[in-house]
Amino acid sequence: MRKGSPVAEARLALEDGTVFLGEAFGAPGETVGEVIFNTSMTGYQEILTDPSYKGQIVAMTYPLIGNTGVNREDAESARPQAEAFVVRDLSPIPSNWRQEEGLPEWLARHRGVGIQGVDTRRLTGLLREKGFLKGVVSSAELDPKRLVEKARAWEGLSGRDWVAQVTCAAPHPGPAPKQKRFKVAAIDCGMKANIGRLLADSGCETTIYPASTAAATILKEKPDGLFVSNGPGDPEAVPYVIETVRNCLGKLPIFGICLGHQIVGLALGGRTFKLKFGHHGGNHPVLDLKTNQVEITAQNHGFAVDPDSLPADAVEVTHLNLNDRTCEGLRHKKWPLFSVQYHPEAAPGPHDAGHLFDRFVRMMETGEAP
Amino acid sequence: MPKRTDIKKILIIGSGPIIISQACEFDYSGTQACKALREEGYQVVLVNSNPATIMTDPEFADRTYIEPITPEAIEKIIVRERPDALLPTLGGQTGLNVAMELARLGILERHGVEMIGARADTIDRAENRQRFKEAMLNAGLDVPRSEVAHTIEEAHAAAKRIGFPLVIRPAFTLGGTGGGSADNWEDFDRIARLGLALSVVSEVLIEESVEGWKEFELELMRDRENNCVVICSIENVDPMGVHTGDSITVAPVQTLTDRELQGMRDDAITVMRAIGVETGGSNIQFAVDPATGRRVVIEMNPRVSRSSALASKATGFPIAKIAAKLAVGFLLHELPNDITRKTPAAFEPTLDYCVVKIPRWAFEKFPDADPRLTIQMKSVGEVMAIGRNFKEALQKGLRSLEIGRAGLGADGKDPLWEAEALTQKLRVPNADRIFAIRQALVEGRSEAEIHEITRIDPWFLREIAQIVAMEKTLRAHPRASEPELLWKGKRMGFSDRQIGFLWGMPELEVRKHRLALGVRPVFYMVDTCAAEFEAVTPYYYSTYEQPPVTVMGHGHQGARINPGTPPSKKIMILGGGPNRIGQGIEFDYCCVHAVFGLKAAGFKTIMVNSNPETVSTDYDTADTLYFEPLTLEDVLNIIDAERPAGVIVQLGGQTPLNLALALEAAGAPIIGTAPAQIDAAEDRKKFSALIERLGLRQPPNGTAMTVEEAVAIADRLTYPVLVRPSYVLGGRAMEIVYDETGLKAYMAAATLVSPEHPILVDKFLEDAIEVDVDLIADGKQAVVGGMLEHVEQAGVHSGDAAMVLPPHTLSPEIIENIRQAGRALAAALEVRGLMNIQFAVKGKQVFVLEVNPRASRTIPFVSKAIGVPLAKLAARVMAGETLEGLGFTREVPIGFTAVKESVFPFSRFFGVDIILGPEMRSTGEVMGLDRSFGIAFAKSQIATYSQVPLSGTVFLSVKDADKPAAAEIGRRLDRMGFKIVSTGGTAEVLRQVGVEAQTVRKIHEGHPHVLDFLQESKVDLVINTPAGKATKRDEQKIRSLAVSKGIPCVTTIQGARALTTGIESLRASGFEVRSLQEWHEEVRRPKGKEKLISK
Repeated sequence: MRKGSPVAEARLALEDGTVFLGEAFGAPGETVGEVIFNTSMTGYQEILTDPSYKGQIVAMTYPLIGNTGVNREDAESARPQAEAFVVRDLSPIPSNWRQEEGLPEWLARHRGVGIQGVDTRRLTGLLREKGFLKGVVSSAELDPKRLVEKARAWEGLSGRDWVAQVTCAAPHPGPAPKQKRFKVAAIDCGMKANIGRLLADSGCETTIYPASTAAATILKEKPDGLFVSNGPGDPEAVPYVIETVRNCLGKLPIFGICLGHQIVGLALGGRTFKLKFGHHGGNHPVLDLKTNQVEITAQNHGFAVDPDSLPADAVEVTHLNLNDRTCEGLRHKKWPLFSVQYHPEAAPGPHDAGHLFDRFVRMMETGEAP
Repeated sequence: MPKRTDIKKILIIGSGPIIISQACEFDYSGTQACKALREEGYQVVLVNSNPATIMTDPEFADRTYIEPITPEAIEKIIVRERPDALLPTLGGQTGLNVAMELARLGILERHGVEMIGARADTIDRAENRQRFKEAMLNAGLDVPRSEVAHTIEEAHAAAKRIGFPLVIRPAFTLGGTGGGSADNWEDFDRIARLGLALSVVSEVLIEESVEGWKEFELELMRDRENNCVVICSIENVDPMGVHTGDSITVAPVQTLTDRELQGMRDDAITVMRAIGVETGGSNIQFAVDPATGRRVVIEMNPRVSRSSALASKATGFPIAKIAAKLAVGFLLHELPNDITRKTPAAFEPTLDYCVVKIPRWAFEKFPDADPRLTIQMKSVGEVMAIGRNFKEALQKGLRSLEIGRAGLGADGKDPLWEAEALTQKLRVPNADRIFAIRQALVEGRSEAEIHEITRIDPWFLREIAQIVAMEKTLRAHPRASEPELLWKGKRMGFSDRQIGFLWGMPELEVRKHRLALGVRPVFYMVDTCAAEFEAVTPYYYSTYEQPPVTVMGHGHQGARINPGTPPSKKIMILGGGPNRIGQGIEFDYCCVHAVFGLKAAGFKTIMVNSNPETVSTDYDTADTLYFEPLTLEDVLNIIDAERPAGVIVQLGGQTPLNLALALEAAGAPIIGTAPAQIDAAEDRKKFSALIERLGLRQPPNGTAMTVEEAVAIADRLTYPVLVRPSYVLGGRAMEIVYDETGLKAYMAAATLVSPEHPILVDKFLEDAIEVDVDLIADGKQAVVGGMLEHVEQAGVHSGDAAMVLPPHTLSPEIIENIRQAGRALAAALEVRGLMNIQFAVKGKQVFVLEVNPRASRTIPFVSKAIGVPLAKLAARVMAGETLEGLGFTREVPIGFTAVKESVFPFSRFFGVDIILGPEMRSTGEVMGLDRSFGIAFAKSQIATYSQVPLSGTVFLSVKDADKPAAAEIGRRLDRMGFKIVSTGGTAEVLRQVGVEAQTVRKIHEGHPHVLDFLQESKVDLVINTPAGKATKRDEQKIRSLAVSKGIPCVTTIQGARALTTGIESLRASGFEVRSLQEWHEEVRRPKGKEKLISK
């Protein structure tokens, strides 16, 4: 929507029958998805470009969005990934020395759909009470009833392979390290750009593989370690990735983040389950059970590993979410393997857990369990 | 990990009297800390000289010492109490400085007291600018280039090396006292010299100026396992160059990306660790170059601060409480988040609203002061407002300020500056700048131009521009019948009053129209978590959200207010709004007591206030807290939502009183003394009739609507007369005039003050003794809480006068007369609750000066002295109980003396004359307690941080009328061995009574004169009473110089006499300390002879 053009109406309709009225921004159109709220006060650009949000309509609990525009450095992927973006107040101008473009202009350019003027606190309370809801954002159709029907008709997020939509097409090198110390194979389930940067900063020369890559292909290249990335949706819906990881167990040092952590859990024989409304934000306290240190972490997941399902003799829960006591990390007692549910690469979020990349490197150095 | 068991008794030091840069936020912090530590089973020993604090209520500590905050007094307390530990980080800069002194003098070591929270070396590293800078550079952080200087020569050399513009910051002073910036040698020299003089350690930092850069603050907490969390990020709307206490600030940060904010967070954690704050909260300030993003660390406070109080209120995270628990060994994740109860305190609050803090200045009280805002703080209070966007929060904040504004302009009160003046208002930071920005935008100046002039970030300017654009839209659509426009206006924070102005209709008409269209606010919760978790603490703000529609389903109910509480059990207490001179912590104290009292009586309490510094706005105080402006509209909205059975307006000072009549007219159930009776006491005509009917006496007076009337009345009464507008608090615009010229000058200025109300003219009673009486009544009987005799003569504002409880010079007969008059007035005005009466005693005659059927400034002081919580009782009386039922039916005699002394901000306002008058100018108060008047008075003086010299040189120069008294004082000082220096006339009088005084010349007699003498010699005390207009200028120079040199300066002869008595007592016996609990025990169980005052 250009400046000066009349304001286009838009709607956010939920499967429970609630319809929020608002104004469209970005591109006109209509999208369905699972509605979630994110409690980060900054980092909307990183959130919008995080491939993990594929299939989801993201509502920001912080009401003032767009204040700093967008810039190339802060993109986690090349385009907006969330199905739609829901905000209370869209900033009329960006103001920051690094901004290159306004959020609505950028979103429109990438055909992204946005709605502003929504009471996102009310929406959040509703999601907290009812759990994930299917929803539709539209500036094309404004009739509440028809929109609610569309939301209900959508088949939902769970059980579907969203990774296939965001993974890379072919193996390619990640950002080059200044000093190459290790060779890492990264399975791209929708990997955030900052992970590649931090691996490079830790001296890893990374090859990024499509999610469908078989273990044999990876092992053939003799990497020093395997990284399993974050990504969207239900981990059980990507059995092929679980298979690849299972086939690398004990053969390579393994580090998993978020969806990668869930996949590692499943490969180790555990189960995953869907949380009521998930963790999406930058303020989640995680306790490292070994060091008694609390890290404030960035999180973005709807599924979690059931710690009781893991083989207790071989696998240990290492991190706990202090808000709801869910499993935030695990390690293998013998093999060089660990994974975390949260995002040590932050972007957006605090940098408290950045040292986990060093832990991965140490594992590759020693070949020992973390 | 468990809490520490090796310490049992902890000493907490409060921050003393309210001064600029140190207000009631430290009562809020200290009260939280006391509660937190006692909750964990520790014994708390508290010292604070300020009686108007909740923390000094006897139930908040095991032992409460209302004693001077000096190493000497605290050592005496340590000797008596033998605490294991000292927690120095909760009493502001005062607490921190005195703790450092105690450490430096070896007192802590000598008595085996451990400093917890932050150790002396840590504090020193954070406070000592050179060490701080080194620590930052060693930790790899960027800081402005700077050098430390201890002499003026060193300062000049440093300035040459760094180059202008420069900032000069003195070490170890409060709120940047004495600091400033300079871009030329003349300014530099002046500021550097002043800074060196004011710094306790004669040290200033000469620094690269980052004026105009973006300014940010982070509030952090750290536990002993090195876990760090950021509680709140704050961005200053006013860029670097204006003290953060004088800046409009916003939480959270608005114009940084996540990458930049996280980088700042990393730096802040590095600072915490590099400085080595073991546990607790710290505030770290950054400047960011808006062009390049270069980020430099400016400073840190290794303690709770004004900003941390703001951060606590802005987020719901109780920093001081958690800091206290961390200090005794808890870890962050072992403590629960009070608001959710289910999640831990180890997290970072997330906001789903925008918070704006706006400072409240009091330049109207100091017309001679420099109104420019600089790096030295000048505001006396602040408001906080919460909205769902910046525009809403800003406008709510502006209408909370109690400056008569209804928002950002559009209220018919815009001053309309001329073009040049407007540019000046934009360029030089000042109290009106936000309104100047509006005018500039209204007049079509571009945001780019305004940014160029103000350096305020374009994002904020665009937000303000949106408000201005909405103002135009609203004006163009009067009485819009579609709700959309009203929703939009409301979402930008427009008040009904503003809309009424734009539409040309009364505020209440707008309200009616708005409600008819269904445009009403929702009340959202401050819950630390943006609704992610259920919150149990009802802490609300209002905002405007259009409800969603629901089709084919059940939808969601939205937030509900206090489900389950029957309205009959709900009582609403209206707070006092921002602190300003004349309305401070005392009223908040009363409101908090009302909450405590009513809770105890089984009521659900609802607090409404806009002041983030207070205990009343702690979510832990009332059952439900509304952080809202105290305007008719906002209060009525809350009443609509809550439907309380009663609304209390008489405890929060003038702010809620001003609403009383309108609230009542709108159907609000006001309880306590009826608004009509309050009005009768304020209305001079009705009041005169009442006085006559009761057979009492008041100074002859009249009411003038015009200048001619005023002159005629004054002629009839004969000069001097006291003139003032009706309806004022804190003696706003009150003056004693001695002739017609003075009266006319006053009238010319006064019409601006209160156009709706006439001017009152009273015969001024010269040399009368003033007496304040606080009493409580229930409609059946009235009981005197306390009778306070002023030390200074009548005419000095009661808020500024020193006072003595019980009266020490009045005869029993006079006292009984006063008591009877008080009771009669209470009965006549059907007082339910508190009432304050001011009397003047001249000879044997008792005059009634003023009656205020409401809580007064002296309620906390009186309550502390007599050991009876008067405000608590008053609230219960208002809710229907009787004094008999409450067991308070007799005046409490005390066998000791309590002295109240006032504290003034003169050192902030260089060049302002310090003489006392009918216009109140003090910011705070202290209490001195002892069996004898002399020691109690001396303690009160020490507690105001003014040195009480026991020997040395006194400069004594008084007006003619005071000369006989000065002779007596001179003789007493001489007897104690003081060297006395006087100007001609006073020296002559002294000589006649056999005191040899050294004579110095008056200023007009030429050099070397008194100023040279004061400048060059060591003078320990100045006694200088003002003679009148002719010599005022010279005298003012003497007094200003004394203030700037830190020499105690007494400006009334009565004050000088009392101080002389104090010095005599101190020399004879020194002073002892005693806890409030012990004094109160004695009040309850008087022991024979001890009941008598010893001297």
